[in-house]
Amino acid sequence: MGWGALRLYTLLVYGFMFLPVGVVVLLSFNASQFGSFPMTGFSLRWFVELAQNDAILRAFRTSLILGTLTALISTTLGVLASLALVRYRVPGENYISTLLIAPILVPEVVLAVALLLFLNFLEVNKSFTLLLLGHVIFTLPFVILVVQARLVSIRRDIEEAALSLGASPVQTFFEVTLPLMLPAVLAGALFAFTISFDDITGTLFWKPGGVETVPTQIFSMLRNSISPEINALGTVMIVMTVGLPLLGLALARALAIRSGG
Amino acid sequence: MSSVHLRNIVKRFGTFTAVHKTSLEIPEGAFVTLLGPSGCGKTTNLRMIAGLLDPTEGAIEIGGRDVTNIPIHKRNLGLVFQNYALFPHKTVAENVAFGLKYRDVPKDEIPGRVSQALELVQLPQMGARYPKELSGGQQQRIALARAIVIEPDVLLLDEPLSALDANLREDMRVELKRIQDQIGVTTVFVTHDQSEALAMSDRIVVMSNGRVEQVGAPQEVYNTPASEFVAQFLGASNIMDASCTRRSGGTAVIESPVFGSLPVPAQKAPNIGGEGPVKLVIRAEKLTLKPREAEANGAATVDARVETVDYQGQAVRYFVRAGDVQLQAINMIDEAPFPEGAEVTLHLRPQDCAALPGGGA
Repeated sequence: MGWGALRLYTLLVYGFMFLPVGVVVLLSFNASQFGSFPMTGFSLRWFVELAQNDAILRAFRTSLILGTLTALISTTLGVLASLALVRYRVPGENYISTLLIAPILVPEVVLAVALLLFLNFLEVNKSFTLLLLGHVIFTLPFVILVVQARLVSIRRDIEEAALSLGASPVQTFFEVTLPLMLPAVLAGALFAFTISFDDITGTLFWKPGGVETVPTQIFSMLRNSISPEINALGTVMIVMTVGLPLLGLALARALAIRSGG
Repeated sequence: MSSVHLRNIVKRFGTFTAVHKTSLEIPEGAFVTLLGPSGCGKTTNLRMIAGLLDPTEGAIEIGGRDVTNIPIHKRNLGLVFQNYALFPHKTVAENVAFGLKYRDVPKDEIPGRVSQALELVQLPQMGARYPKELSGGQQQRIALARAIVIEPDVLLLDEPLSALDANLREDMRVELKRIQDQIGVTTVFVTHDQSEALAMSDRIVVMSNGRVEQVGAPQEVYNTPASEFVAQFLGASNIMDASCTRRSGGTAVIESPVFGSLPVPAQKAPNIGGEGPVKLVIRAEKLTLKPREAEANGAATVDARVETVDYQGQAVRYFVRAGDVQLQAINMIDEAPFPEGAEVTLHLRPQDCAALPGGGA
């Protein structure tokens, strides 16, 4: 009896969370001019229109470039920071660690305003570089958390064995340490990309005039009207932000199985 | 193959001194064991020889070359760890070939050298497997093959048998010694297990609290312990306060509380000059329990009562009480052991005793 109630309650919660998403996906295939029920037929016309909308394509390209650069920079910095924190004695490493993780704990709006004010104070104008910098700050903690956890589990004596066999510290890193933590590095990069691709709060504050990412583009389109095109765009976004991490996870697992990790 | 010299090595971690001023000579081709309880500094010494730790003071020489400031990857050492430390993402063959890549070995010679090494450890068919597909004992053999294929100047073994099952450990002990004999490499072996040390070593270095207590051949260390610590750590001993009353003609006469006057050979009491307080060391297996009426045959005898019987199969360990002194004795048996409460006589040949200086009151 109690379990039945719990089961029903769980179903309702999931329904509340996922039904709206389902509706968006469903309506993106609606033939009608208006994004509402009842559906008048199945059509891919909104996807075609999406592909012909210059503003959206530009936003897509911006988001892809921004996400990729964010992932590259965040992962590089994150791996280096994790190595320093786990493998070397750094004075004040606890403080550094907390500082690097802090962006997760601070509300995004606060972080966004703070960075903007700070750069204002330095008399630096808004630019794509600033936007990128913001995204890096915001995604770095995720990379560090994932990579650090993996690095801790790689026993030091495996690296010591490589050193004793004649590999220099740099060779040891590329031959032994990096391959063993590759699943975590890839997972961290994917996290960084997806978070950057998805982000709207910080992006709204940091983006220079005329630059739109996909989320800010949707946001500005919604101000005028709810076009069925947005449903199609939403569907594409869902596929990318859910599909990519799943793909990455599968890849990471395959790698981990091969390497016995 | 090279000798290893530690010259006045000191290692401190902050205010804690892990190794007090230590000098050690490990001759070329020898199998030397650093033996001691955990925290005695044996692993610290090994890691300093390896170059994984820098000594706070002193110098380390390998083959006459001062390597104190040379990093580990330029020292040409073979290192084997307790937990194997194989590269999990490489096959067995790739693991063994790893060290050859960083040496001037022509590429087409590598497979030959790898299979030679795998044959030496008796696992020639395992090259294509991954480490996790092997048992613990097999992994440790591969780790050994990986360490010796590079023809190291010194082979360093850090508790390599401790992670293995008891039976496998004894097999691997024999195997390890065979391989070391065959290639003749200078070997430093770290263990806390006295039976491994006694069975395998040319020389044993007994350590305690960061200091070397005694250096010597296994029999020497076992039969003539240089300190109370060594006597306690290697084997089971009864140690009691006694006094030397006379030393002459190759014999030191020890006056002991239980057995009375014992003429101990001088070489078993090496550091005792003349009269004075000593510590008498009686190995548990040198103390024999016999029925009351048995003949003495020149042994010192004393009546005692069995208090505890610890049956171990081929041997039995007794705790007996003679007067107000409790002693332990380990005797081989081929029939039933004496029961608890049995009235027995302890037999002790004076030449089986050893004496250490000191003690006093």
